[in-house]
Amino acid sequence: MTSLDTVARAESSADLPQPYAELGLTRDEYEKIVTTLGRRPTGAELALYSVMWSEHCSYKSSKVHLKQFAAKAPPSGALLAGIGHNAGVVDIGQGYAVTFKIESHNHPSYVEPHQGAATGVGGIVRDILAMGARPAAVMDALRFGPAAAPDTARVLPGVVSGISFYGNCLGLPNIGGELDFDPSYAGNPLVNALCVGVMRHGDLQVAAASGPGNKVILFGSTTGPDGVGGASVLASAAFGAGTGDAAKRPSVQVGDPFTEKLLVECCLELFAAGLVVGIQDLGAAGVACATTELAAAGTGGMLVRLEEVPLRDATLGPPEILMSESQERMMAVVEPARVGEFLAVCAKWEVRAAVIGEVTDTGRLVMTWHGEPVVDIPPASAADGPVYHRPLARPAAQDALAAADPAALPRPADGAGLRADLLALLASPGLADKSWVTDQYDRYVRGNTVLAMPEDGGLLRVDEATGLGIALATDGNGRYCRLDPYRGTQLALAEAYRNVAATGARPLAVTNCLNFGSPEDPAVMWQFAEAVRGLADGCAALGVPVTGGNVSFYNQTGTTAIHPTPVIGVLGVHDDVRRRVGMGFPAADGSPAGGPAAEGPACIVLLGRTEPEFGGSSWAYLRHGHLGGRPPAPDLDAERRLAALLAAAAAAGLLAAAHDLSDGGLAVALAESCLRGRTGCTVRLPSDPFTWLFSESAGRCAVAVRAGAEAVFGRLREAHGVPGETIGAVGGDSLVVDGCFAIPLAELAAAHAPTLPALFG
Amino acid sequence: MRIGVITFPGSLDDRDAARAVRLAGGEPVALWHGDRDLRGVDAVILPGGFSYGDYLRCGAIARFAPVMSELVPAARAGLPVLGICNGFQILCEAHLLPGALTRNAGLRFVTRDLPLRVENTQTAWTRAYTAGEQIVVPLKSGEGAYAADPGTLAGLEASGQVVIRYAGDNPNGSAAAIAGVRNAAGNVVGLMPHPEHAVEPLTGPSADGLGFFTSVVSPGVLA
Repeated sequence: MTSLDTVARAESSADLPQPYAELGLTRDEYEKIVTTLGRRPTGAELALYSVMWSEHCSYKSSKVHLKQFAAKAPPSGALLAGIGHNAGVVDIGQGYAVTFKIESHNHPSYVEPHQGAATGVGGIVRDILAMGARPAAVMDALRFGPAAAPDTARVLPGVVSGISFYGNCLGLPNIGGELDFDPSYAGNPLVNALCVGVMRHGDLQVAAASGPGNKVILFGSTTGPDGVGGASVLASAAFGAGTGDAAKRPSVQVGDPFTEKLLVECCLELFAAGLVVGIQDLGAAGVACATTELAAAGTGGMLVRLEEVPLRDATLGPPEILMSESQERMMAVVEPARVGEFLAVCAKWEVRAAVIGEVTDTGRLVMTWHGEPVVDIPPASAADGPVYHRPLARPAAQDALAAADPAALPRPADGAGLRADLLALLASPGLADKSWVTDQYDRYVRGNTVLAMPEDGGLLRVDEATGLGIALATDGNGRYCRLDPYRGTQLALAEAYRNVAATGARPLAVTNCLNFGSPEDPAVMWQFAEAVRGLADGCAALGVPVTGGNVSFYNQTGTTAIHPTPVIGVLGVHDDVRRRVGMGFPAADGSPAGGPAAEGPACIVLLGRTEPEFGGSSWAYLRHGHLGGRPPAPDLDAERRLAALLAAAAAAGLLAAAHDLSDGGLAVALAESCLRGRTGCTVRLPSDPFTWLFSESAGRCAVAVRAGAEAVFGRLREAHGVPGETIGAVGGDSLVVDGCFAIPLAELAAAHAPTLPALFG
Repeated sequence: MRIGVITFPGSLDDRDAARAVRLAGGEPVALWHGDRDLRGVDAVILPGGFSYGDYLRCGAIARFAPVMSELVPAARAGLPVLGICNGFQILCEAHLLPGALTRNAGLRFVTRDLPLRVENTQTAWTRAYTAGEQIVVPLKSGEGAYAADPGTLAGLEASGQVVIRYAGDNPNGSAAAIAGVRNAAGNVVGLMPHPEHAVEPLTGPSADGLGFFTSVVSPGVLA
């Protein structure tokens, strides 16, 4: 630092040119800062505003749309904290509350796959921790370019190893997620990480700096130059078409899961001892974000001595310290009399901690550097940020896309053709066995994992005595959303909701990660607005509120955006996880693995209505490279009835298996249930087998009803108003579609298992 | 029976080991890495995890923890000690067990439910099993390939110190498919698979792992 840019200096040098554009601010935004402060900002203030007003931190393009989630929210008695907190908090009964959230780490994961994905896990875990909860599990929704593309061979193994490295070392079970491939994600992979945490009602923490005189403590890792500009320069701009991406590598943070593990245990001990008045995790925009948000949400003022921030690089000055995104850091507000106890708990866990300032009642966020003021701002001006009503326009190409009806595509002519199509779908990278990925994740740690991938939803036990548990699923479908973002988003919501219900849980709440191209493109903004409207309407119809989420814009290279890809996470409560329902067909005696034996084979009932719906389907895309028409029509009322039936049937112990129908339709679902349970089945389809096998109509689930329970289940199904057909029975060692084909389990496995190992080694 | 479970910084499966002890009818006792105190327990488990992040060789730092200065002489005097995964690595680093654990042959972390063969039941931790019994228990590790020099391996085989062997595919390139070994006296056992994650069918692939804990909790009944 040659010369320190202090507040005094800023007042006396009004016309000094400042690099606002390089920091991602527009001329208008810069002038708004000058107006707010009544002078030019100091270098430190400019750094602070640039990260706080970045798209990533301020939601400046999305805010006007996201309001709908609260405005249209269905009445819910289950919400203890909603949108606006680090994560929403849901009451699951028996005194327990659950908090969950999904967040993107897309740009970092493309530039530096291993560390980008690893720190994505670390960041979302700290969000959950900051609410007062013990992090309990993680999930990952991953999307990459074509599986065979050389760059995918660089990005995918790195992303998976990063998630494995961080999550396993942190001791959180990875219980599910997604893996898909599409050319639209080449150069813009999607790495969305979800974390869920559990607490008692009274454990809820607040992110606010209240009480003048209370101390502000920064604890965890030291602050270094890593991740400077991560939120503004990296996450809030599209990638260039050329080779500029390597230059963004220093913007990616480096993860230390061991320190995060200590930080988790340390925080939970601090919370339990009642030593924390307010707490905030440090993620995007680091110290800048934590101080402004804590101050803005609290008494309103804070004094911070930046030279007290423990550094790992002594050359850092105020702007770098404010912008650094060094990982594994938290900021707490602590009563002066409890600081000693606070520091003792940190010392026990070998976590570094430093008092860097105190809460004031001045209404100003003031930061000094060795006594010289370098920041003096009203905190809300940085925390609130600008609001944009971006222009939006339905793209002209949308009509042509809708007109390209897949009904005209040539269909398999006979049983042999249907058989070949099913095997081809099972072998395609997006539908193939994902063990190559999921075997790298620890799904057992903490000992409460009841269901994990490849099951429809992850299921965790919360209380060992009562069996109370939670189910989680994430879903998204870029092809559906490309064809119709409103409908596509509702389909993603409906699928996640159905996946949670398939385990026997009752869906309660929704989180979302909205991955889109540039908001400066009116076509993208239209997709975004439609998706948000679809989700808000869908949540209202299903009776599940959105509790929080994350927006990731600028997922595009040059002018080419990704498919609009909202990823929706649904949380459900399971009254007794011992009554969980898995997707695997039970052995021929009707008993699921480990369960009590029943007599005779389980019959297979297909729930829901099957229509010829192939727009955006896996069959059309994989067999014909076709993307066109309308996606399937969601029927949210039918989804609600189906979910209620599944929960009731699970509670009554009527089901031996349940598997949601989605990509690849009934054919893929039956094959997956056969492979999972290592048991075959024989089905007879009522009419046109092609439509029954490969249509992707929503609101459907294949269930195996325990022998002897058929009549009871039939009455329950009718009482819930869910259409259904008994299509066959479990048993044998082949998947048999009467009159069409038979495929031995070994042949199914031979198609399903080798795809990813062959691609990634 | 009071069974201690040591928590090192970065231990992850400590609660799971304690749960397994409880399900086996024992009383779990939390032990802290920084205390030179075993609190009078009847046996000790070193749980899985990533002590000190395992950024150096796995277990290389944990072996110097203050609690180890109490544990090592107690183990040499006959205290039953079980090391699971990272605990096994620490026991090898502390020279309570022979050999070492190295990077998996595939260089990737592996989580898999695996068939294992109980080769030796003359230990404090496997006497509830019958020799040759096959069990299914999860493995989850990145550095689980057991390695030792040929002389040591031959000695282990000759003296019956190979306790657990992978019965199907060798998942990580372990020498002679060795998944777990014991010391000469049989009171100290280490293995890479996680028996504490196979103690109830609801949350594991089986309850086959419970025998490790019942072996030490009720030795008289099950001997």
